[in-house]
Amino acid sequence: MTNSPASDSQNQAYPRVLPVGEAAFTVEFGDRVDADLNRSVHALDAALTSLAPPGLVECIPSYRSLLVIFDIWTTDPDALKTTLLELAAAHPGAAQREIGRLLEIPVRYGGEDGPDLTDVASHCGLSPAEVVTRHSAVTYQVAMLGFAPGFAYLLGLPRELATPRVATPRLRVPPGSVGIAGSQTGIYALATPGGWRIIGRTHLTLFDAGLSEPFLLHAGDRIRFVAC
Amino acid sequence: MLTILDPGALTTIQDVGRLGWGRFGIPPSGPMDAAAFAAANHLVGNPCEAAALEVTLTGPALAASRDCLVAVCGAEFELWAGRLPVPAWHAVYLRAGHALRFGKRLTGARAYLAVDGGVDVSPYLGSRSTHLRGRFGGLEGRALQAGDRVTIGAPIHTHHIDRAGTRWPIPDWRAGDGVAEVRVVLGPQADHFSAAAVDRFLGNAYRVTAAADRMGIRLQGRRLDRAVESGIVSDGIVTGSIQVPPDGQPIVMMVDRQTTGGYPKIANVIRADVPRLAQVVPGDEVRFEEVTVREARSITRRSWCSRIEGGCAVRGLTMHDSGFRSARGCARGNGLLKQS
Repeated sequence: MTNSPASDSQNQAYPRVLPVGEAAFTVEFGDRVDADLNRSVHALDAALTSLAPPGLVECIPSYRSLLVIFDIWTTDPDALKTTLLELAAAHPGAAQREIGRLLEIPVRYGGEDGPDLTDVASHCGLSPAEVVTRHSAVTYQVAMLGFAPGFAYLLGLPRELATPRVATPRLRVPPGSVGIAGSQTGIYALATPGGWRIIGRTHLTLFDAGLSEPFLLHAGDRIRFVAC
Repeated sequence: MLTILDPGALTTIQDVGRLGWGRFGIPPSGPMDAAAFAAANHLVGNPCEAAALEVTLTGPALAASRDCLVAVCGAEFELWAGRLPVPAWHAVYLRAGHALRFGKRLTGARAYLAVDGGVDVSPYLGSRSTHLRGRFGGLEGRALQAGDRVTIGAPIHTHHIDRAGTRWPIPDWRAGDGVAEVRVVLGPQADHFSAAAVDRFLGNAYRVTAAADRMGIRLQGRRLDRAVESGIVSDGIVTGSIQVPPDGQPIVMMVDRQTTGGYPKIANVIRADVPRLAQVVPGDEVRFEEVTVREARSITRRSWCSRIEGGCAVRGLTMHDSGFRSARGCARGNGLLKQS
């Protein structure tokens, strides 16, 4: 066990497989928020999904680990652990720059769609237009979906755009809202309460329960915002 | 059709759960006490994936528009069918138009009312389970209200009355003495806590606070100090994960939990024992006993309660589907509800 934050990717302890109760494992690639570690998570997720070992129930990818839930009646946990270690070792994320789909997300920045754009700009010492230019200039990686249904945590926010959350969370953030919280940026798929600084909104439908693929964004996708 | 005469405190439609959507941030929902839920469905002859009603603390009153078989399992309530007192953990024949009424609650927190044919609402993402916080599933994503009319499926078998009176063994741990003893597997972040804190966690009772619902159960007791100052990078959580926020008081995550979390997890309640937590009420005590992963697998494999989760189809992945039938056979044969 180690908690050395700087050396995880070099440390022999990673990747490692830990039990989460008796019917799940977590495969950890490190203990930092890091795009390479996160790509390793998605590569393992994809490999495991295509291998579909009997008894696999579901996988939940997060920043630096993959939660693997299995059925203990039809799974040999020791064999699954061996498989996970082999797959994890075979899929170093740094070598796979482009693993997910690349999606363009049209966003209306500012105004009613982005009520916090001016606050973010003044916090960062930039004009609103510069915030928009920088926010839409990079490719983000969907690190994970969570907290609320479909909420996409994105890796890749330019450092100069980091802004703290709002002091009092809003009771309702509209679906499609694009926000910043600290060094993170993300998209709300559903209307939920939220404390992120909302700088814009996409009018794409990010969630439709009636579709066979209800969520537009999947963990591991890469996205670019296009100002419109 | 079921007509809700009185909804009780919190009555929701639940099936086996919304499995396979965790990667999109959607919790499984489903029954808090999967063992009682499965027993109720079994008593009325339903398949494991049929939806039933989860009743919380104060029970409902309702009437069916056709003769049907009903069963109530889980928390112990006084029950009447029409004017007759009827037992829980039994298949009960309920005549069309006669009310099934829940009276005083004696022990536990949640009971399951199954009706032959199952509760039939439109599935949402493949499940009829109500997710209150997300306002989806079940009936309009909400708890049932007086005057609601809920469709029930066609009778599965034609000889209702032959099944009436069938009983299910009441789990022996359902003593209602206000103490829930649950077994845990330490980790995955037990190393974020001092050895003394882990000993404290295992050696002391924790009291159930008023903040106990389908999302999680907040406990209060001896403070669990962290050995590592920082939190963790958010990762996935399962039902029964025990998170410890900076205040040092554990929270057991339940079926409507969020799918990921950033607090270290000192331990996980084994799946066979999650139903015990489903039955605690504020003021009850919870005691944790450590078991190894291997012991936990052996215990849970012998218990059938969480088998329903593996027995039903999961989106996108093929599951083996023999378990529930064999589990039924086991449970009938040797009373496996008496968990070791």
